[in-house]
Amino acid sequence: MLEYEFMRRSFVMGIIIAMIAPTVGYFLVLRRQSIIGDTLSHVALAGVALGMITNVYPLYTAILFTIIAAVGIEYLREKYENYAELSLSIVLSAGVGLASVLTSLGNTQGILSYLFGSLSLVSNKEIILVTALGIIILATILILYKKLFYMTFDEESAYLSGIPVKAINLYFSILVAVTIAISMRIVGILLISSLMILPVAASLIIANSFKKGLLYSIVFGVISVIVGLILSYYLNLASGGTIVLTSLILLIITIIKDIKK
Amino acid sequence: MKKKIVEVKNVSFSYGDNKVLENVSLYIEEGDFVGIIGPNGSAKSTLLKLMVGLLKPDSGNIYLFNKPINEFKNYNKIGYISQNAREFNKMFPATVEEVVAANIYTKGILPKRIKREEREKIDEALNIVDMDKYKERKIGNLSGGQKQRVFIARALINNPRILFMDEPLVGVDIESQNKFYSLLNKINEEFNITLIMVSHDIGVISNKVNKLFCLSNGKVYKHDLNKDMKINLKDIYGENMNILFHRH
Repeated sequence: MLEYEFMRRSFVMGIIIAMIAPTVGYFLVLRRQSIIGDTLSHVALAGVALGMITNVYPLYTAILFTIIAAVGIEYLREKYENYAELSLSIVLSAGVGLASVLTSLGNTQGILSYLFGSLSLVSNKEIILVTALGIIILATILILYKKLFYMTFDEESAYLSGIPVKAINLYFSILVAVTIAISMRIVGILLISSLMILPVAASLIIANSFKKGLLYSIVFGVISVIVGLILSYYLNLASGGTIVLTSLILLIITIIKDIKK
Repeated sequence: MKKKIVEVKNVSFSYGDNKVLENVSLYIEEGDFVGIIGPNGSAKSTLLKLMVGLLKPDSGNIYLFNKPINEFKNYNKIGYISQNAREFNKMFPATVEEVVAANIYTKGILPKRIKREEREKIDEALNIVDMDKYKERKIGNLSGGQKQRVFIARALINNPRILFMDEPLVGVDIESQNKFYSLLNKINEEFNITLIMVSHDIGVISNKVNKLFCLSNGKVYKHDLNKDMKINLKDIYGENMNILFHRH
């Protein structure tokens, strides 16, 4: 399997994404913003469509669109303070509307590979970009770990302890946007949020500290991607779907083990 | 004369068209244990958030340690326990130790490792609130009263001079409430930390504090704790309200 260049590339990219998606997802879930992944991935679709019709590398336009959307969500969240989830619905509608209009404007045949992910199309250029962005995302989360932790359980107290809550929220939104845009090649736009959420859901059942919770989420994410990629190769299945179903099975096993305890 | 450490001067605040505080003025002196009471929706929590700078007044001024609140940056001097804090669900994966340690090194960009002195500080703070045995426990598995004691420990880490608490005793049983009040008395008297606490429970709090403010219809009333305030409070809470007192 690893004698093929495209599989080696997929593994490298898959493992990077398996580490960043649950890391970002962990904070999203605990801040009750897990739906943000779905919203931004639909916006990414609009970005991909724009890239295709304007002949710009779709990953760039997707990153641009998701960042704009993430900042927009942050702004709307303040505007609709008591109905924060409304900001997600607004941006989701905008993303889907824009995507459907853009796909009808030009040649967007390749869009299916972005919807469900496609391994064979991963290029060297993508690997370099994903690796670089992946390292930046992981490094900054590590640097901001303590502040993000404080903000996750009590944003007001975090602010009053001197943490620049607003700036970190904005920066974190951008990280989420970039994570989604770079993950879509492997798992596909429709399944990205699952890779951000399912490993975290499994981790929350067994974790008894914040640090362990984050660690288990990453471990579950990496196992899902490795097992999913191997299965999809040998059984000739769609890679994104196999990865997500693997992480779902891991979650079910964790729940059953917890019930038996 | 004791030093004024919180001063609210002619402050008004509205949510949209709804004016909830109108020309409110009050001051709090060093070492006070202050209760803020009032009917539901009387802007008790709003007043507390204004005092710490989480909200900005429409008009008027607020001073912390004689400094206008918008210039106040010495966050170590204040501790704040918000209402959100008590909403930890059972699944939230954080230990008591992690929660208390959150208040260390909140400034600066680069993270620092927690040193031995800080670890000792965490132990000491947990010891003061009598929660040292629960260090490794998941915060979500503690009772309401125990959680509040952990939040006090978190605040104590930075040796604050004032502790603001927003209804910390909602849903906490009487026995744990009493334990919590003895802890508050201890930190108020032994460490000379000024306490400001919003509460809905008039009967209990009036018996514990040395200053009591009651909010009603956008105004603030200061109660003389040495006088019978039953009649006074009936005006605010309505005749049908059965107000129980332990004293007065």
